[in-house]
Amino acid sequence: MTTVQQSPSSLPSANGVSEETFLQVRDLKMYFPVTEGAIVQKIVAHVKAVDGVSFDIRRGETLGLVGESGCGKTTVGRCILQLEHATEGEIMFEGQNLTKLSQKELVPVRAKIQVIFQDPYSSLNPRMKIGTMLEEPMRVHRIITDASKRKERVRELLSVCGLDPKFADRYPHEMSGGQRQRVGIARALALDPTFIICDEAVSALDVSIQAQVINLLEDLRKEFDLTYLFIAHDLSVVRHISNRVAVMYLGNLVELADGDELFNNPTHPYTRALLDAVPIPDPVVEGDREHRVIKGEVPSPMNPPSGCVFHPRCPLAVDSCQVSVPEFREVVPGHRVACSQV
Amino acid sequence: MAKLLEVKNLTTQFFTSAGTVQAVDDVSFDIDEGETVAVVGESGCGKSVSALSILRLIPWPPGKIIGGSIHFSGHDLLALSDDEIRKIRGREISMVFQEPMTSLNPVLSIGLQLTETMEHHLGISNDKAHQRATELLAKVGLSDPERRLSQYPHHLSGGMRQRVMIAMALSCEPKLIIADEPTTALDVTIQAQILELMKDLTKELGVALMVITHNLGVVARYADRVNVMYAGKLVEMGKARQIYHDPHHPYTLGLLASVPRMDQPRGSRLVPIEGQPPDLTRLDSGCAFRPRCRFAVERCASEIPILQSVDSEHVAACWRVSEISELKAAS
Repeated sequence: MTTVQQSPSSLPSANGVSEETFLQVRDLKMYFPVTEGAIVQKIVAHVKAVDGVSFDIRRGETLGLVGESGCGKTTVGRCILQLEHATEGEIMFEGQNLTKLSQKELVPVRAKIQVIFQDPYSSLNPRMKIGTMLEEPMRVHRIITDASKRKERVRELLSVCGLDPKFADRYPHEMSGGQRQRVGIARALALDPTFIICDEAVSALDVSIQAQVINLLEDLRKEFDLTYLFIAHDLSVVRHISNRVAVMYLGNLVELADGDELFNNPTHPYTRALLDAVPIPDPVVEGDREHRVIKGEVPSPMNPPSGCVFHPRCPLAVDSCQVSVPEFREVVPGHRVACSQV
Repeated sequence: MAKLLEVKNLTTQFFTSAGTVQAVDDVSFDIDEGETVAVVGESGCGKSVSALSILRLIPWPPGKIIGGSIHFSGHDLLALSDDEIRKIRGREISMVFQEPMTSLNPVLSIGLQLTETMEHHLGISNDKAHQRATELLAKVGLSDPERRLSQYPHHLSGGMRQRVMIAMALSCEPKLIIADEPTTALDVTIQAQILELMKDLTKELGVALMVITHNLGVVARYADRVNVMYAGKLVEMGKARQIYHDPHHPYTLGLLASVPRMDQPRGSRLVPIEGQPPDLTRLDSGCAFRPRCRFAVERCASEIPILQSVDSEHVAACWRVSEISELKAAS
């Protein structure tokens, strides 16, 4: 992987996105060992969940990270959150390499980087009242020590997320999926973070509720100057919410560009196949579209193909693709593609 | 085209400790031979229960079909005995479920699961069924079909299992396949493969398809006609183009405005439907969508709207259906 040059300017543009680099991921690798044996365990192979990924996130933007199940997009998020200890690589945030920090040094960083999970049913503790749940991070990080002020902050967080402050006394089972996801968002906001990783944050919701939550996320980003890494498999949602979009396949980034550029001008054969596969809710548009279906299935990340990992399914593949790993190069300014044939 | 399935005033309820759930309430629709009808709606709107009611697969207790009729190519399905309905299931009407992981038996080989149905329904010998199973697996695009027959479900990926389910559904040459969220559990590229396969095969074999989904894109790509359900009721029904380009029920309108579209640039704001779907044990009098409806008037609170004709083959259940175009333009 080549290194991405840093842009020195930090002038905010009209929509609140600046050119300033906010978080840098360099050559990130996460290999999970596969063990065999019941008593004496020996490592027989590695699942290469993330295999050398580099990208930047700019202050104030929403970077969409898309790909199919098992491509490693969630693992990238977990590595940034330091929930996984990366095998190799750097994650630079506010001048520090997160992978090198001790647990103690990580505490203040954790307050700034928060996460919203996919499943609003399993990500909330069923035995905790919503209010207690929202107060907990403030207690742990000793942000607000006064109990009555904390309670007031909880009420404020709930109303910011479009919930009645009375929900503080309820339990998760008394709420619908959409309401629970709003609680998940309120919890992520409790510590005034600057960066939120949304891991499939709207995937489990029905469309009409999903639209409510997407709008909420956008409003919050503007109001609190947040930066998002939006991990999702639904390309329509990602197009709607992201400033820039990165596409992952089998542990590698295959394409990264401005959202409109990526969707109007997809360049990597995998991105093209992915976009072709997404049906558009309009029968007239669909009637005119060509439906090129990509053959085969994603290979196992335990034993990824040599050379370009996409070559066995690629319509453009030539012999050299089986041997040489394509460079993640810039084809037009701001648009990077890992393919030697385009 | 001839009518294959006629559902009239179907009402299915579940009697639970929390109260009676009106899962399907007075629903009527038809499916013609060889056509693809999509049933759309959000979780809990009754789309799966209406499909299970057709095959009489509603578990009692707590569920029961309490009214209506279902006619399928000359049979009155609700009047058939258990033995008779078993001859329809899998033979004349087959089903593809959402979860390819749980809808195959994990301890039986693929071959056994495929041939069992054919031997039972078609009365053919084991050898013949085996040969036909090989052909079917090749037809649904599985490589090395002979070997697949001796494999077990855990040997196959999600997409391959769904192909096996489709082979099984096609095995007895049914007239209708009911697919309940057939691709929801699959990745987009695999979803596209499976849907193309189902489209090609139903066209080739002239099988009608009732596909239940919440994905409006899938509906736009594959369906001839669309039934929109909300809170157990059919609220709008029409040809796909009519529903998408000239929706007449405020719920359909809201649904289409709230989906992000991949062909639209960033920046446009989604218009969500405010509020939550109603609790089906505590439905008010009047229109179930009223609390979330932008256009609700007094009449909506007292009288349940009936399906009114909008255009040929296009109906919507809204009291303000004649004014909806102006209301839409004004908002």
